[in-house]
Amino acid sequence: MTEMTLWGHARATASDNPFTLLAVFMFAGFLVIAVIGPSIAPYGPLASNASQALTGPSAQHWFGTDSLGRDIFSRVLVATRIDFSIALSAVGFSFIVGGFLGAVAGFWGGRIERIIMRLCDMVMSFPLFVLAMGIVAALGNSVFNIILATAIVNLPFYIRVACTEVNVRREAGFIEAARLSGNSDWRILFHHLIPNALPPMMVQVSLNMGWAILNAAGLSFIGLGVSPPEAEWGILVAEGATYIISGEWWVALFPGAVLMLAVFTFNLLGDGLRDLIDPRRRT
Amino acid sequence: MIALIARRVLGALPNLFGIVVITFLLTRALPGDPAAFYAGPAGTQAAVEEVREKLGLNRSMPEQFVIYLNDLVHGDLGQALSTGQPVSQELKTRLPASLELVFLALTLAMVVAIPLGVAAARHPNSWIDHLCRLVTTAGVSLPTFFTGLLLTYVFYFLLGWAPSPIGRLDPYLTPPEAITGLYTVDSLLHGNVRLFLACGAQLTLPVLTLAMFVLAPLARMTRGSMLAVLSADFVRTARASGLSSTTVLVRYALRNALLPVVTTIGMVFSFLLGMSVIVDKVFAWPGVGSFALDALVASDYAPVQGFVLTMALLYTLLNLVIDLLYVVIDPRVRLTT
Amino acid sequence: MALLEVDNLSLEFRTRGGTVQALEDVSLAIDRGETVGLVGESGSGKSVLSYAMLGLSDAAARITQGRARFDGVDLLNADERTLADLRGREVSMIFQNPRAALNPIRKIGHQIEDVLERHTTTLRKNREAAAIACLAQMQIPDPQRRYHAYPFELSGGLCQRVMIALALACSPKLLIADEPTTGLDVTTQAAIMTLIMEKARSLRMATLLITHDLGLARAYCNRIVVMHAGHVVESAPTELLFTQAHHPYTRQLIGATPIGRTRLDDLIAVPGGLPDLRRADLPSCRFSQRCDRMQAHCDQPLPRRIDGDHLVRCHYPIDPALA
Repeated sequence: MTEMTLWGHARATASDNPFTLLAVFMFAGFLVIAVIGPSIAPYGPLASNASQALTGPSAQHWFGTDSLGRDIFSRVLVATRIDFSIALSAVGFSFIVGGFLGAVAGFWGGRIERIIMRLCDMVMSFPLFVLAMGIVAALGNSVFNIILATAIVNLPFYIRVACTEVNVRREAGFIEAARLSGNSDWRILFHHLIPNALPPMMVQVSLNMGWAILNAAGLSFIGLGVSPPEAEWGILVAEGATYIISGEWWVALFPGAVLMLAVFTFNLLGDGLRDLIDPRRRT
Repeated sequence: MIALIARRVLGALPNLFGIVVITFLLTRALPGDPAAFYAGPAGTQAAVEEVREKLGLNRSMPEQFVIYLNDLVHGDLGQALSTGQPVSQELKTRLPASLELVFLALTLAMVVAIPLGVAAARHPNSWIDHLCRLVTTAGVSLPTFFTGLLLTYVFYFLLGWAPSPIGRLDPYLTPPEAITGLYTVDSLLHGNVRLFLACGAQLTLPVLTLAMFVLAPLARMTRGSMLAVLSADFVRTARASGLSSTTVLVRYALRNALLPVVTTIGMVFSFLLGMSVIVDKVFAWPGVGSFALDALVASDYAPVQGFVLTMALLYTLLNLVIDLLYVVIDPRVRLTT
Repeated sequence: MALLEVDNLSLEFRTRGGTVQALEDVSLAIDRGETVGLVGESGSGKSVLSYAMLGLSDAAARITQGRARFDGVDLLNADERTLADLRGREVSMIFQNPRAALNPIRKIGHQIEDVLERHTTTLRKNREAAAIACLAQMQIPDPQRRYHAYPFELSGGLCQRVMIALALACSPKLLIADEPTTGLDVTTQAAIMTLIMEKARSLRMATLLITHDLGLARAYCNRIVVMHAGHVVESAPTELLFTQAHHPYTRQLIGATPIGRTRLDDLIAVPGGLPDLRRADLPSCRFSQRCDRMQAHCDQPLPRRIDGDHLVRCHYPIDPALA
């Protein structure tokens, strides 16, 4: 049987699964927009023009205009950056803190594991969106608090994955060997166990990103977190919600569609990553 | 058996305690002076001090916690400033609206997702399998508020099939006399079919919106579980014994495959509770979610805490029920614990 | 006419990694009442063959040639209903890992009743008693209580007895036992085999014993068929096979099997491994590349050399007379 490198396997998976390839391109596209969005937007996101209020999609305004005459396409572009930053920061925080806590719990076990798992259970006893609402309500309306709330609510997933992965490998042969060669516990944890726990956590990251965006947008939609006139996908949809009933669909539906596309991209990516990383699929 | 149930219930107690602790901490984490928040934006200095005294905000944390616990045990969740009613009263009135929504959505999602997952597993790589996978991947990407608005636009504005999203009932109609609080059930219990249809019509879009969100995880779990079971050894034995395909499907495959789906229902319920807040906003539904949202806008914090506590309690209760259900349906759980 | 006749059966699996030629030109015959052992390494196609006969193959399997007949019925062209009627009533199968092969959340008594309901006219009110009787016949102690048990509550040996009870509930003409004792401890193995053989005798049932354990086959079978990589390489009455094996593979298998008082030092492993059955360039003799007797003419299509009861498919068989 031919040996396959990770790259070779990635290519094979991509050709097997064209959707994953598509997801990678879409992700790249979003990333580019997040970075250069504000610079390429045809209009300023706050530039209002009352005479142009609530016009439908046209050549000058691809996504139409809102009640203040602002170009929705530009606002959607600019919003990409905020939503991505929120999602990346929140997930990054959960990943690092959760991964660390989980690894510690899985490695030392005993009382530490019990306490950390109890904390996880406590957080998970709340419907996650409700808890996020409660945290933002308590701490105040700001982007930072949305990030914090999303991060806290996601912590248990990372803690559990890391704990399980480290737990399973704790007694493995190569760990025993490392221990016998005189490695300290912390070194074993950081150099050997955590790197091995990373792949399943990476799959979790991609799936979580989609959920983090939905969460942030949902919070903004109901008025928590990012406040108008800031451009964020959830807010854009909220602004358009009142006009749906009178038929001005573009105000809400374009931002919503882009939001959906972003989440969809992350979910596809997560599925593809899972196929890539699942050792049963490796030759 | 009783001992088993008792043990399960006791096992839920630490979680309940944790919920109370966390909600307590949230109430004390308010930016600025908590007393001022509870007194409201219109509170005078005297009112603020009165609130501070009443809620014990000038005492030490442990003391405050005991006061908080004491209040909870007596069902006192504070006052809603905007309505002047006790929070617990408001929640009690509004809970049926949210529950009706959530349970109908869950039922609809199960009725669609489970057969879909089963069919997809039985016919791999067929059109139904592809449909199932599409639903599964796309479904989790749908923002609930987007779906709600889209459905409203298509079915209310464009097609005129759905009634206008103004809440539980057309304002010209009177709601049925409350027995359960669920309009659909109550109108049927009173034998009023027209009212039942009217309530049902108002429910259609919100329920559809919520159901679409949870369709995906249910279908995915059903399909995955069914696939695993269909290739299991015991199904092969059943077929090798010549049992009819119906028997194999129902008595052997399905019963085993549905076990993990029951757990998924618990998880899905948490999503439903969370997203019901958004549905409340989109469809002007008078549930506990919109109660909390209105309170937030008015900087009225007691309702928000009551809301968070209630949702967490509901979720824990449902998980307990599912745990107990497992004891009944899975002999391995029943006989080995 | 033999009870079971398989003629020139070839079967392939379509997979992502290529087409696996799982069975090629396999022939097998079992007479009423005889016990035939089907032996070979893991992966030689023994189980695949039995699944194919009963129509239980994986969805990716394709039969490309050959015939299989049971008691006159054409198995490969039969519809699902006919096959389902045969399975469990005329032909039964038992598997390894008996606990996994039983429905984990259904009482074993009910599982036996399912078979009775399907194939017999036993009235519902009598089925419980009939199921308990089945359990008793398999020498399961305290059958009335065991009727209500779940598989996870029973030992491996008991589970296997339950599976045999399921298989024999309708007194089939043929029992296919696929590695029935693998995973059980030695004393239980002996007990299970004794039970199977006893039932075979009393029901005048033919048995196909599939195993990788040559010693087991020798102890219980009238005749042995040796498979290697999807081919039948040799077939002979048991003692004849062990004393006068013609095929080099059979010889090596015997040499690697501890029988009687063989010393561990005297065992010689069979070299190499099974060839990759996805290769397009598989040689006619799939053993040739592991064989120390391989010659130039071994790439020709395999012959069938029949000497009375003894069949061997080899260009250069070992003649014991000259050994």
